Order: sequence, then C-alpha cells, then structure tokens
Amino acid sequence: MPAIAVSEKPDARKEFREIIRDAAERRTPLRLQGGNSKAFLGRATAGTVLDTRGHAGVVDYHASELVITARAGTPLADVEAVLAEHGQMLAFEPPHFGAAATLGGTLACALSGPRRPYAGAARDFVLGVTLIDGRGRLLRFGGQVIKNVAGFDISRLVIGAMGTLGLMTEISLNVLPRPAAEATIRLERDTADAIRTVNEWMRNPLPISAVCLGDGQLHVRFSGSVGDVRAAAAKLGGVEVEDGERFWSDLREHRLDFFRQAPALWRLSVPPTTPPLSLPGRWLIEWNGGQRWLVSAASADEIRRAAAAVGGHATLFRAEGPQESVFHPLAPGIEKLHRALKAAFDPHRILNPGRQYETI
Amino acid sequence: MASLPSSSPDEHQSFDRARVAADLRRLLGAHAVIASEEGLRPYECDGLTAYRRLPGVVAIPTDGEELRAVIGYCHGRRIPIVPRGAGTGLSGGALPHSEGVLLNLARLNRILAIDPLSRTARVQPGVRNLQISEAASKFGLFYAPDPSSQIACTIGGNIAENSGGLHCIKYGLTVHNILKLEVVLSDGELVTIGSDALDAPGFDLLALMTGSEGLLGIVVEATVKLLAKPQCARLVLACFDDVVKAGAAVGNVIARGVIPAGFEMMDNPTIRTVEAYSHSGYDVEAAAILLCELDGSVENVEEMLGKVETILRESGATSLRVARDEAERQRFWAGRKGALPAAGRISPDYYCMDGTIPRRHIAAVLTRIAELSREYGLRVTNVFHAGDGNLHPLVLYDSRNAQELRIAEELGGKILELCVEMGGTVTGEHGVGAEKLDQMCVQFGADELDQFHAVKRALDPAGILNPGKAVPTLHRCAEFGAMHVHKGQLRFPDLPRF
Repeated sequence: MPAIAVSEKPDARKEFREIIRDAAERRTPLRLQGGNSKAFLGRATAGTVLDTRGHAGVVDYHASELVITARAGTPLADVEAVLAEHGQMLAFEPPHFGAAATLGGTLACALSGPRRPYAGAARDFVLGVTLIDGRGRLLRFGGQVIKNVAGFDISRLVIGAMGTLGLMTEISLNVLPRPAAEATIRLERDTADAIRTVNEWMRNPLPISAVCLGDGQLHVRFSGSVGDVRAAAAKLGGVEVEDGERFWSDLREHRLDFFRQAPALWRLSVPPTTPPLSLPGRWLIEWNGGQRWLVSAASADEIRRAAAAVGGHATLFRAEGPQESVFHPLAPGIEKLHRALKAAFDPHRILNPGRQYETI
Repeated sequence: MASLPSSSPDEHQSFDRARVAADLRRLLGAHAVIASEEGLRPYECDGLTAYRRLPGVVAIPTDGEELRAVIGYCHGRRIPIVPRGAGTGLSGGALPHSEGVLLNLARLNRILAIDPLSRTARVQPGVRNLQISEAASKFGLFYAPDPSSQIACTIGGNIAENSGGLHCIKYGLTVHNILKLEVVLSDGELVTIGSDALDAPGFDLLALMTGSEGLLGIVVEATVKLLAKPQCARLVLACFDDVVKAGAAVGNVIARGVIPAGFEMMDNPTIRTVEAYSHSGYDVEAAAILLCELDGSVENVEEMLGKVETILRESGATSLRVARDEAERQRFWAGRKGALPAAGRISPDYYCMDGTIPRRHIAAVLTRIAELSREYGLRVTNVFHAGDGNLHPLVLYDSRNAQELRIAEELGGKILELCVEMGGTVTGEHGVGAEKLDQMCVQFGADELDQFHAVKRALDPAGILNPGKAVPTLHRCAEFGAMHVHKGQLRFPDLPRF
C-alpha cells in the first residue's frame, strides 16, 4: 500500500521555532493553540497565540504498519477519515469537542473516549513526537515503531502536559483495525450494582468496548468479530440499542442531555471498582466506573476530598468563567518534579504558563 | 570491546569500602551488606557478561524503609547507586559501579495483593514476572508482558527496561500494563506515580519512569494490570521460498485487520540452526518461516485462522501447518524460542543485536544484512519479532580471534545504523544500559541527548542513580559496543532468549 504523500502545505516549523526563540529572549508567554476547541479546559492564560493549524497534513501512513504520522495542526477529523478509508481507527476514540479539533491539541490534552479502558489511552498509542522546546530547539523522540526503548520516554511524557513542556509539531501513532462488528445493549441497573457487575464481566474475555451508566440505565458496547459480538449480547441480555454508534459519539462529545444542564461539569477519575460516592448531584459513569462525570452544587474542596479519599482525582472540566484551580492539586513531591521538568524543557516559562497549574 | 561507561557523578568523595559497608550494616544489619571480594563476585555483571566490574558494596534491603535509608545515606555522600533485580538484563544496565552501592532488590519479593475485581496486582519490585501470572491464574487472569526471561526476571527490572515479550503486538509493553508505582527518588523521598484510577493529574510521570533504566528513581512497589485469560490460542506455521514474500505476508495479515497475539519470523540460517537443535519439524529448505499465533474465543480464533491461512497462501506460502494440539503448538514454538542457544552451538560466540525497523523494510534490511555479512566475512542469522518490527540478528564469531571480535562489533554497528536509517531504533527491548551508549549517538542528535541529560538532572540532581548508563555523554559518541556470548555461555544458560 502506498504511503500517503506529504501534503504540499508549508512546513511551519521554522517559523514556530523563530516565534518561540523570540518569545524566550523577550520572556513573553505564548499561548499554543490548534483549533481552540479545548479552550474551556484548563486555567486561563495570557500570551501571544501561536496557531498550529498552519502546520498540517498526514506525513506518512502505512496501514500494514499500523502507524500514522501527522503534523500537529492536522484536523483530528482528517486523520480519522484517512484511517477509516483503510478500515483503521484511533483506538483511544478521542473526543473532538468541536469540528476544528486538531491532532496536536487532542494529544496535548490527552483526551480519550469510551473505548479507553479496553483499548488504551491516548498516550498508549503514541510512538514518537517531534517537539520544539522552550528554547526553540527542534527535538525528536521515539519514532514510528512499536518497540523502542532508546532514551527516556519523552514522547509520552508530553502527552497531557497541555503544551507546557513543548510545542508538538509531529506525532506518530499506533492505530488499530476497526472491529468487524459492534453492538450496543441497554440494561436496567442501579449504580452500585452496575459498577460491580461490569467489573465482574471484565474478569471474562468478553468483547466489551464501552460502558455507560446513568439514571438507572447501563449501556454496554461490544466490538469484535460478528460471532463474538452476537454471543456476548445474547449472554448479557438486555435490549439491543438501534443507533448505538450515535449514543457513544454523543457521550464522547458531551452531547447527551446529561451534559446540557451543566453550569459546572466535574470529571472524577477514580479506581473503577469504587462504590458510588456520596457527593450530591447527577452522575454519568464510564470506563467500568473509572471516569465519572458529575454535575453538582458541592464545593470544589468537597469534591476533591471525596475523589482523593478513594485514590482518585477531580478535574473541573467545564465551568463558567476563568478558574483558579482546574486540575487536581499535585502532591508536594510530585509538584516539585513538575517544576523541575518544566525548567528542563521550558526554562523561561513561556509555553502555556499556568494553563495546567499555576507554577508550571 | 567498547570501553565501559566511565560513570562517575560530578562530585563524590573517594570511596571507602570498609566505611560504607560498616555504615550500611548499621542501617540494614550485618546480613544485608556484602563487601568481601568473593561475596561481590556474583554481582560483577548481569546478562551481558562481556562487561564486568566488581561493585563497591552490595546492599540487600528487605523493605521499602530500608531501601530509602540506603538511598538517603548514599545521597548525603554522593555515592552512586546501581539497582539490580534478577540481573538478567542484556544491556549491562545493572553493571556495578566500582565506587558505588549495588542495590540488590531480590528480598523485596512479595506479592502484596491481588484484586480480582479490579484486575490488579500490587507487588514488590523483586517479584518475578511469571510469579504474577501464576498467582493470578486462579482468578482466570494473567499479567500480559512476557519477556523471554520471565521465569527469572523481576517486575522492577521489567519496569526499568519497559520490557516487551512475544505478545507485544496485541498486549503492549510494560508501560501499557502498569497503573501505579511507589518510587524512591534520589534524595530518598517516596512519591506515588500514577494511581489506582486510569490516569493521574499532571505530566505522565508513569511513562517517564517506565524504561528509565534506574536513572530516575527506584521502584519499591508497583500496581500492575491483569487481563482475563483468552479462551484459546492456535498457532500457524508457514514456510516461504523467499524472505521478501514472507516479509510482505506479515504486512498483508495485519493490513487485513488481524492482530495476532504473536507473529515471529526466522530466516533460513536460523531455521537450519534451530532445527538441528530442537527438532521442531521445520522445513530446512524454507527461505523463511512465519509463526502466527491467534488467541481469543474459540469461535473468533477459528474465524481468524481461516482468514490468516487464506492471506498467507495468497502471499505465497509454500506450506501451511496449524498446530493440532497444545503439544504440537509448544513444539512449533520450541525452535523459535531456542534460537539463541542454538546459535551458541554452531559458533563459539555470537553477538545479539536488538534493532527495530518499520516492518515493511524487513526484506530490504535482511538483504542488506546478508550483504554486510559477506562483506565482513561473518555469518549472521536473523530472528525477528515480525509483528512489531523487532529484529534480533545474531552475528556469529570467534572471540579467540581478536580480529573477528572487532569485525563482529563493526558489523553489528552497521546493522544498528541500518535500523536507524530505515526509520527504526537501536534497541527495541533490551535497553541501552552500558552497552549501546555509542549507538545512541547514531540515533539521537546532540540536542536530544542534552535534553535527556536535562531530564536526568531534573529528577536526580546529584547524579547518583545508575550514573553513566542509558544516555551517552556527548564526548563519548565514537565507539561501538555489543552483547557478547562466549562459547554459548549465556550467564543464565537455562533461560530461553528470543
């Protein structure tokens, strides 16, 4: 299969490096931005916008290698469309949160969708990253191969760093074949029972690829061979959902009714088997119980304490107006490491300073 | 032989063995410290026996607190620390420091908990890889990464190396299969990295720590993921009269949507060598053999099996055999798994490379390796984790001839350079350790190496954790080193190596 040729679009890396070097010299902050679809996520930052969309295009794609390499400013939808043509997909099923979403922005935020606990997270599929650090140096880490232990795993370190360690310019990802068949069933289950049940199911080799639980209803998706999917659906019972694909994409993109009523939306990431938390509000639960969306009048402190008490963390995912504290405060020892790494990558603190944490 | 890494941290006082041993005995008890030459001797190398050096002192803590005490002590005096698990590593990552403490983690060997509902195991670093799957087995669960040394190698070492195994293409590497680490940093501080949830706030320190070869912190406890055991596994053995066709067949299977649990390739010299050794029933006339293992539900495996057979036939397989039962499956695997010991039988020495390449270049790379082999006048046999592109060429030579050793090293270096040139890497799973420092210079530029050093300084400002390994200093980037095995004598001859 021929590789997809590099687009004729201009290579903007030189320009990006000049912008970053200049900002480093002047000590003026930059706000790294792709499609700006995730502007809601994170702390408010000031700074000159560096728009990555001028650096776009799939650079290399070989379906038989299960590897795609694309520039950071490539629209996520374009990457997915190229893969779909060859029967493949980004198995972490990233949410877009807007048509303009770019690949770089998605990985900077490390966002993964409903398939995450079964296939892996965004970072699990990253094989290599080219990035420009806070001094304007162009650095290549990892590569286009699945097994690679040469050097520290900086390709994955920067996934989810929200641009604070460097500007990604190119990313190589491991991709997977689309499943031959998918089906979604719906069962009536209360929360505590459902959390336990889905985790019991996971002890068996069932082809579960997504789980959603809210308002007494449990949605389960199966992905795999036609036979496996049919057998699993029959085994677990429930009602087959006609437009299952729509349901999961609405969940992933926060288009379900649950998300509409939300003045503030919390994301709690907790050990999946944790029983229902006693915080007031409405819940929508995914990832076998590992990712829990909460719309609540409870205070940030109360929510964070409850998440931390069970070994998890809480993010103020969406809120009205700028917020001081979005991501869960780091333990002191971990915060110290973050500051040391920030200094190693961006000594002048010009790349998205404060977007993730005040001191980073 | 390439020179050993010099490995002195910037500033440490001269090492007084008796004094350090006495101090450590006060912290750990007399039984937990070794300072006599005969006691130190077993620690002089790991699985890479070409590099040997006596450690200053060996310390054997029995729990996390003792381990922290040792690290705190060493930090205060700027004494280098080299962590060691089972010592099975193939790149000299546990090569001792002559003026340092070798930290033997063998006694931290308890499985602390297995939770079948959350499908996790909490273990100490000295627990052996296979022990986890054995303990999880009664719950129908297993720990997926399965490096070939899994009966001996420890989970702490696996995390340090980001170990793979035969089933990476489907189940991932160590980094994909761990959730949380308790790590002692170089100043003795204990931090929790990752969490029992599926992610943790902030940077992905779990990924940074995995594969960091003991340079950034020392794991004292790990929580790993367990998976439901697949219902069944079937193995297909396919012969080809042309390595180009075999290489293309691998890509064809994967491009058509099948992800095998394992996908291995052997070239003709390997087939001949291993057949004589393990009698697996391989066709010694075949130019290449593919082993393709499929696992999952009985029905799904049957479905995939049909598909794979068709694709392999269309790709030019001259013969296809599906293992009829478990005994035959094991027999088909035995040849592949015995590839390294078999090489040791036909050559006084061999030198095992560990490059990874994009799979589509396999035919070109094998052709070029054959040319290099002729050019340098040394035989090379090739075994290949075809599914994930990880190639293990074995350069056969005789170390009694000093000239041959040098030639083997030069040839090996050319092979690794070829891997980099083809868009691959100089090490897929064995690590850089003390061995591939020179090859790192081929793969990375000065800026990347400088950034690795910056990361090292950020986590270990004193530079006491496994100094001199994994990342070369810029002025070192000149020579080439490799794994040498004399007369087939691997340090652990009973361990399969593949």
